Amino acid sequence: MFDAAPRKLVEVKGLKMYFPITAGIFRRKVGDVKAVDDVSFDILEGETLGLVGESGCGKSTCGRAILRLYDPTEGEVWIGGENIAMAEAADLRRLRPAMQMVFQDPQASLNPRMTVADIIGEPLEEHTKLTRDEKLARVYELMDAVGLNRAFANRYPHAFSGGQRQRIGIARALALNPKFIVCDEPIAALDVSIQAQVVNLLEELQDKFGLTYLFISHDLSMVRHIADRVAVMYLGRIVELAPRDQLFDRPLHPYTEALLSAVPEADPETEANRQRIILKGDVPSPANPPKGCNFCTRCPKVFDLCQRVKPVLREIEPGRHVACHLYETQKETARAGAAPEARKSTQQGEQHET
Amino acid sequence: MRDTAGTQAKPVRMERPRSQWRDVWDQFKTHKGALVGMTVLALLVAFVVIGPFVWHEEKLTTTQTYLNKNKPPSLTYPLGTDHLGRDFFLRMMEGGRVSIAVGLVAMTISIFIGTTVGMLSGFFKRLDGPLMRLTDLFLSLPLLPLLLVMVMLFRDALARIFGPELGTFVLIVIAIGVTSWMPAARIVRGEVLALKEREFVLAARSLGTPNRRLILRHVLPNVVSPVMVAATLDIASAIITESALSFLGLGFPPDFPTWGRLLFDGLSYMQQYPERVIWPGLAISLTVLAVNYIGDGLRDALDPRIRGR
Ligand SMILES: Nc1ncnc2c1ncn2[C@@H]1O[C@H](COP(=O)(O)OP(=O)(O)OP(=O)(O)O)[C@@H](O)[C@H]1O
Ligand SMILES: [Mg+2]
Repeated sequence: MFDAAPRKLVEVKGLKMYFPITAGIFRRKVGDVKAVDDVSFDILEGETLGLVGESGCGKSTCGRAILRLYDPTEGEVWIGGENIAMAEAADLRRLRPAMQMVFQDPQASLNPRMTVADIIGEPLEEHTKLTRDEKLARVYELMDAVGLNRAFANRYPHAFSGGQRQRIGIARALALNPKFIVCDEPIAALDVSIQAQVVNLLEELQDKFGLTYLFISHDLSMVRHIADRVAVMYLGRIVELAPRDQLFDRPLHPYTEALLSAVPEADPETEANRQRIILKGDVPSPANPPKGCNFCTRCPKVFDLCQRVKPVLREIEPGRHVACHLYETQKETARAGAAPEARKSTQQGEQHET
Repeated sequence: MRDTAGTQAKPVRMERPRSQWRDVWDQFKTHKGALVGMTVLALLVAFVVIGPFVWHEEKLTTTQTYLNKNKPPSLTYPLGTDHLGRDFFLRMMEGGRVSIAVGLVAMTISIFIGTTVGMLSGFFKRLDGPLMRLTDLFLSLPLLPLLLVMVMLFRDALARIFGPELGTFVLIVIAIGVTSWMPAARIVRGEVLALKEREFVLAARSLGTPNRRLILRHVLPNVVSPVMVAATLDIASAIITESALSFLGLGFPPDFPTWGRLLFDGLSYMQQYPERVIWPGLAISLTVLAVNYIGDGLRDALDPRIRGR
């Protein structure tokens, strides 16, 4: 493929990650937590895909399943032309250096009993045959790259601030020259001034090393700053996937609308006019999602079809994907909602509930 | 400064990180209790290992023994003599040798089994059920009958291989070791269950680190603290269990002194000669206390979060 269009680096197809629920003395399986339920998206080389959604919607699980830190229940994950989800252990180990992860909690992601030099050097230890001196040189190089003083090489993680710890985590992720990095809320545990530093560092490194990011976050303003495209997740499924500016200017899915309405505006005038959409009710349990659209229990624009049929993610404008019955063409709607009587009854049922 | 191999051309500061063991020792030195404990243990070990060679040997005839019995402390017999006219000081030295050796070796065996079982059952979900049931089984076994059976079955076989005394020693440390690992296993399992969900283990997994190195590099160093505590407690209980075994006639032969044995022998004369209980009791307590403090200091020294405070 030598055309001008950027290449797809990561392709996720129908990824499902179910955690079994067991009960009773015999640990019989009684159900599944559908943490990630049929998720598909692509990430182009060199771009940043933001993945947003509220707590517990399956963002981390999705990121981890993509890197095969969990064995996915179903689906394919192609990174650089190899199916990660199905790879054998030996192949997987060979593929590991190309894909790395930066973790949510910089405190928990560093072994408290290893020095910084050992932590950053661990990937080199595992995957290269460098001599001690070469390894040390590389560690120092990485520490320079992420802006850590070389004199700290001998210290332990507890002696660092949160921002510095996250830099250590980033240096570790960079050690093997990866192509793709999953950043799992890398800034969630940091305070605001440090957040900006770390995000700027990530952008800088992206330019320098040509990295591709999956940037998981629940901080919409940060995602707006760093991401090229944004995927919005709700209860294990992607509800909207669109280029950043289009998504923030004109959200299509009701959930995205509600989510964006909660972001304060910098401009006082628009801020005064901002209409918050307050969602009612709680997120359903991922162990027992609604039969139809996952969002149907809280959606302000719900109608009968939503209760029965799960909407699929489809491209409704170039580059804009939405999973919502509101945007499906008339013909398809008619086909899916073939029984008008059923529509009426569910509508009434819905009114009774609220 | 060392020159770096590879492509790096510009001059870089290439100081090699300091050895961690230096830090550990530096921290250990600041722990007063640990230093005192170390000194006391060193003295005790010197006392029981070198002592018998320096101290005069006992070669008494039967009449002398008879005349000598139950002597009060004197220059020849600093702790007096026992009811059979033997030098109590010498018996303390010889007894300590066995007791300390039994304590250390049995502790090592018990901690080794406990840590291995706990680690495997905490780390590998599949092994968890079987291994924990095994632990429960061992916990619920009546200890003394079990030991009795073990001694009955294996004493002669081991005596044939190692000789009567070493054979008994091997039997006793193994018997104590395999019947006292359960608490350590449970503690380690609990810690490992929590540790393996920590993100740094996940980070190592994301590198494709095989389980063996994952355990050795990331999990094991982080369970050191509870293991250290369990180990120091194990020494104490091993010394005491050994004395109970000897008392029941399952351990070393009656004329073979150990601290526990001396303690039990002294019990019957406690009214007249309380020092015969006090001395071995004191020696056991001192050993246990010293080991406890050393363990404490070591635990602190091995923990980078405490080190340098
Ligand atoms: N190992 C597991 N076993 C069972 N359920 C799990 C497991 N890991 C996650 N879950 C469940 O999967 C769902 C998604 O969890 P996940 O950690 O991916 O959420 P998240 O979107 O990353 O949230 P946050 O923003 O708080 O990090 C949650 O309901 C969680 O309870
Ligand atoms: Mg998360």
